[in-house]
Amino acid sequence: MSDKVIHAIYDDDDVLLKAVKEVREADHHIEEVYTPFPVHGLEKAMGIGGTRIAITAFLYGLTGLGFAVWMMNFMMIEDWPQNIGGKPSFSYAENMPAFVPIMFELTVFFASHLMVITFYMRSKIGPFVKASNPDPRTTDDKFLMEVPVTGDEKELESFLTKTGAIETKIVEKH
Amino acid sequence: MAHYEAPIREPLIVGDKTYHDISNDIAAPIEGKANKWWWGVFLLALTAFLWGIGAIAYTIGTGIGVWGLNNKINWAWDITNFVWWVGIGHAGTLISAVLLLFRQKWRMGINRSAEAMTIFAVFQAGLFPVIHMGRVWNGYWTMPIPNQFGSLWTNFNSPLLWDVFAISTYLTVSVVFWYTGLLPDFAMIRDRATKPFQKKIYSLLSFGWTGRAKDWQRFEEVSLVLAGLATPLVLSVHTIVSFDFATSVIPGWHSTVYPPYFVAGAVFSGFAMVQTLLIVMRKVSNLEAYITRVHIENMNKVILVTGGIVMVAYLSEFFVGWYSGSSYEDFTYLSIGAATGPYWWAFWALILCNGVFPQLLWIKKLRTNYTVSFIMAIIINIGMWFERFDIIVINLSRGHLPSTWTMFEPTFVDIGIFMGTVGFFFVLFLLYARTFPVVAQAEVKSILKSSGDNFKRERDNK
Repeated sequence: MSDKVIHAIYDDDDVLLKAVKEVREADHHIEEVYTPFPVHGLEKAMGIGGTRIAITAFLYGLTGLGFAVWMMNFMMIEDWPQNIGGKPSFSYAENMPAFVPIMFELTVFFASHLMVITFYMRSKIGPFVKASNPDPRTTDDKFLMEVPVTGDEKELESFLTKTGAIETKIVEKH
Repeated sequence: MAHYEAPIREPLIVGDKTYHDISNDIAAPIEGKANKWWWGVFLLALTAFLWGIGAIAYTIGTGIGVWGLNNKINWAWDITNFVWWVGIGHAGTLISAVLLLFRQKWRMGINRSAEAMTIFAVFQAGLFPVIHMGRVWNGYWTMPIPNQFGSLWTNFNSPLLWDVFAISTYLTVSVVFWYTGLLPDFAMIRDRATKPFQKKIYSLLSFGWTGRAKDWQRFEEVSLVLAGLATPLVLSVHTIVSFDFATSVIPGWHSTVYPPYFVAGAVFSGFAMVQTLLIVMRKVSNLEAYITRVHIENMNKVILVTGGIVMVAYLSEFFVGWYSGSSYEDFTYLSIGAATGPYWWAFWALILCNGVFPQLLWIKKLRTNYTVSFIMAIIINIGMWFERFDIIVINLSRGHLPSTWTMFEPTFVDIGIFMGTVGFFFVLFLLYARTFPVVAQAEVKSILKSSGDNFKRERDNK
């Protein structure tokens, strides 16, 4: 197994999208594609499955809601019930209308923050993480496709050039 | 045809731009040097900020007796400013979240700055309740923790505590939403930076963003879900702020129309502040290609709609108060008593600034004019400050017992703290304008082919 990969650089998102389809049709594996902005349909063309991050957000939201209910029930009903403004705190259900705002806020709080933390962890981004894009131009206006070399590298290079790549570079990957 | 957009839609990016041009234009203010104007305004804002710090220090050191509050009017400028600033914040979330859900592409040119404005404005807002506590060192008592004398908890029946949760959720979620959107743009600055110090800073800020296909997929999903969460959140925040008044029994405050009316007013004032900032910024930072006449006009339309809602609320409050036949209602902030009483100037400032002048925006020529839009935005900012002043001060000045009727006179400390927060806000915004990518360039690049001037022209001429 060779550790060599080809970095093919494209300068247009439509050309890239077509190239991705052609490369996959020619039975080459696409290791990664780096783009400066979200190219619609790219992940589908690359065969990447859908993300489940929205589901996690829903679960985190439920956690937040549960936490809010538990917290206010403990503080207002169980631990230290008070008669506030003639509205005694005997049961959570009866006092619930006054607790709705905070139940909602904590649902949103948990869902948003935990989802973003999940996103950062899954995509391995965060403070002090070093960027690993192979070419600095991929955050500006160039699109980079990383294809592992199998078989004849010259042939693969010319094939990628034919799909519209403006540059190709063979890189030793460790 | 993937990038097709109806020819009738005006381009959102004018001039013959390429992807690389967008990077250059957005990076230019960061890589360039500040001019004299920037320094002038910055020093002015900094002076106001320092004055504000002095006034706050004096308040904390001596007590809130240094304000103009009296026995009857025990809330005044501080809460006025609090509600004003929170309201201003709402436009940023509306632009970034609600317009995202409605797939409005014009949000992309302005969402970054609008969200920055949101965060800076909510920050100012948060200062006021904290200062108003008097003993700020006990501020942590608002957290759900038992106090040190036993196991007495915070009161979850109180709208003021709901505020604590609403504002802190709003502030932190806005920061996270904003920062996640900033990552690709920081990465763009990082990858083109030539100065080592700059490279280091932006490497740190960009969190190692690389733009992998999977990351973009998650990025878009996260943005969408955050928008879905932020939309009800932003509505809840000003609803809860209005509960501070609506759940009380003061005439003029005890009103069920408050939540929707406050939210509409918040969006109204927030868009006015976005206009104020962006009309200047597009010129100073050479962003005319990205913040166009279309953006300004669309924002003016939102101002017209929300201003209309606010005006209808005023009229219904006025009518229902009068129709109730209750003598207390004759002196609320929207009543004959207010219009002809000692606070007539505040009443008419509200009606003219929020109700009458914005109607000029129905005329297309005026709402597409930058100067008119800017002046109108300033008028609305003033009008919305008066709305909160009227709600709080006029209503408190005329209570159930006529012998307690009184007036409010702000001291130099009240004025100082308010000017201080205005200064602080502009200090933050000016620093942001020089160090942050002020347009969401990655998103703008993704609509260049559909909404860019040159691409549209090429397609339409085919």
